[in-house]
Amino acid sequence: MNIENPSVSIKQLDLSFGAVNVLNGLNLDIAEGEFLVLLGSSGCGKSTLLNCIAGLLEPTDGQIHIKGKNVTWAEPSERGIGMVFQSYALYPQMTVRGNLSFGLKNARVPKPEIEKRVARAAEVLQIEALLDRKPAALSGGQRQRVAIGRALVRDVDVFLFDEPLSNLDAKLRADLRVELKRLHNQLQNTMIYVTHDQVEAMTLANRIAIMKDGNIMQLGTPDEIYNQPQNLYVADFIGSPSMNFLNGTLENGTFACRDLTLPMSGYAFAAPQVADDAAVIGIRPEHIITGELVAGAPVKTQVLIDLVEPMGSDTLVYAQVDGKPFRIRMDGQARVAMGETLDIGIDPARASLFDQNTEARL
Amino acid sequence: MSASTTNLTGPTGPKPKSGVTVASFFVYGTLFIMALYYLAPLYVMITTSLKTMPEIRQGDVFALPRDITFQPWFDAWRSENTGAVSRGLSDGFWNSVTITIPSVILSISIASVNGYALANWPFKGATVFFTILIFGAFIPYQLMLYPIVILLKNIGLYGDLGGLIIVHTIFGMPILTLLFRNYFSTLPSELFSAARIDGAGFWGIFFRVMLPMSVPIVVVAVILQITGIWNDFLFGVVYARSETWPMTVQLNNIVNSTFGEKEYNVNMAATILTGLVPLTVYLVSGKLFVRGIAAGAVKG
Ligand SMILES: Nc1ncnc2c1ncn2[C@@H]1O[C@H](COP(=O)(O)OP(=O)(O)O)[C@@H](O)[C@H]1O
Ligand SMILES: [Mg+2]
Repeated sequence: MNIENPSVSIKQLDLSFGAVNVLNGLNLDIAEGEFLVLLGSSGCGKSTLLNCIAGLLEPTDGQIHIKGKNVTWAEPSERGIGMVFQSYALYPQMTVRGNLSFGLKNARVPKPEIEKRVARAAEVLQIEALLDRKPAALSGGQRQRVAIGRALVRDVDVFLFDEPLSNLDAKLRADLRVELKRLHNQLQNTMIYVTHDQVEAMTLANRIAIMKDGNIMQLGTPDEIYNQPQNLYVADFIGSPSMNFLNGTLENGTFACRDLTLPMSGYAFAAPQVADDAAVIGIRPEHIITGELVAGAPVKTQVLIDLVEPMGSDTLVYAQVDGKPFRIRMDGQARVAMGETLDIGIDPARASLFDQNTEARL
Repeated sequence: MSASTTNLTGPTGPKPKSGVTVASFFVYGTLFIMALYYLAPLYVMITTSLKTMPEIRQGDVFALPRDITFQPWFDAWRSENTGAVSRGLSDGFWNSVTITIPSVILSISIASVNGYALANWPFKGATVFFTILIFGAFIPYQLMLYPIVILLKNIGLYGDLGGLIIVHTIFGMPILTLLFRNYFSTLPSELFSAARIDGAGFWGIFFRVMLPMSVPIVVVAVILQITGIWNDFLFGVVYARSETWPMTVQLNNIVNSTFGEKEYNVNMAATILTGLVPLTVYLVSGKLFVRGIAAGAVKG
């Protein structure tokens, strides 16, 4: 996908800490007004990439362009970015007002203008009542709002978020997530958002970049990432509980393993011609057909229930297929018990096939 | 759920506190003995300083003074009877004040900036610089005594209070820089990043963000420096003249005076007077000191 006039453009970025290469020739274009999420497990280099964009880390090689300008050598404050950190990073000795206006004072913005912008940001984030408090007297959610406000007042083109919700408890995290999405709809700024939480990524992103060891494993819309993972890593990483994988062989358009034979006629292959080879099929727990619908399923089989986890909204069933653990997500009202056999159906068209050697999508 | 009350048997509610146990007896006993051990000399000093010489000559050091007299304290502060060179402690006191205040301010100002730069602004050779600095903290002072005499003579400050101020500032540098560097390293680096994004520079971040958060460590540094410099004897003896002697050197001259009879009451009063400044500093800032030490000791 080519983006014209990208808001942020990362070109062949290398970064190493001494002998450790964290980023290797990374390329990434982010469109104007896009909400891009960098998603990956801890230590994969998300923060490092974000810090390079912010100018807090000097790249070992490569360039960073923001709004068409090469800012590789520019100071963080000159790049037109605002950043929100996981630990809030509020100045503890300043009031909320002081925190919000610190950047503007440094930029010698006239006083009336500062007041106007602080008031506007406070209104957008609903922190007007907190302006004269010190950060210590705020709750976690309020602190993070102030931190967002600090980026907001500076009228920047690009917002950078480094796991902004990770320090909050589950309920607040969900609330603030929705607020962030509203804020993006309202402001239409470019936002680059780092997280290891796939729910945040799926709900917020226009596009997700899944990272592993400093490489982007897949870049695509949440829908693409979820339905057409381009490799085994992405397939395994996205989805909770994660995808069921079965090892087998692909022969004449039919996948076969010890317990199952799946004709892949409805499956959209990535390439028109696929050689017969060892393959892995991935089936999401929520794509397994149960109940009355099994009768109409393309492939039917039976499993023995190992364990049942009722979660209210849905019920997770653990079983075994081909000697490997197999998870099935059922309706919360399903009445199943350990030790029973369960009829299930599989639609190969919704599955994902991967080459066992290259781990790439077939 | 009913509000009925049933009679519960067995342990209920808070566990009853046991009285004196063997363990607490030993803990408090040990603490009591240690306290006595440290308080006894202080008791002797204070009582002796309030006695007259005839009373002291009679013997019992632990007896309370019969006729309380403050004359020894006046003699210690300003007296001419302690030998040819000594003139009481008052001159030494003012010398010590003149040495201590600028040295404390100067050394802490420089060391805090050094520590901040080392912790937050990685520069080429920072580790080498830091290693040399740490090494400096372990070099025995005696090795440098004479070279510094020559140095001070060359710049014309030998024997001056200014020379002593320079010496104290330089010798305080390794440990103070280490103290500040370690403290600034414990502050979240994201705070520093946020300030850079907010467009603050080297000094802006130092004065507006870092320094306001450094009160505990500044207090520790002030206490370390005040007591260290006030209690210094070696540099005072080597680098000062009789007019610029600090209080500790004056005290030594009084106590070790070989003229006439030993005036124990004056000696005791003089010793207490000399120790009064560091003692006051400790008492005033004890809580802050402990908090600061704890804050600075977390990371190395
Ligand atoms: N200052 C540093 N010095 C050395 N290695 C670092 C430094 N910062 C990060 N790393 C390493 O770089 C890798 C990526 O870190 P980071 O970008 O923070 O990961 P995350 O994706 O969790 O944000 C990790 O393996 C980490 O150990
Ligand atoms: Mg991170």
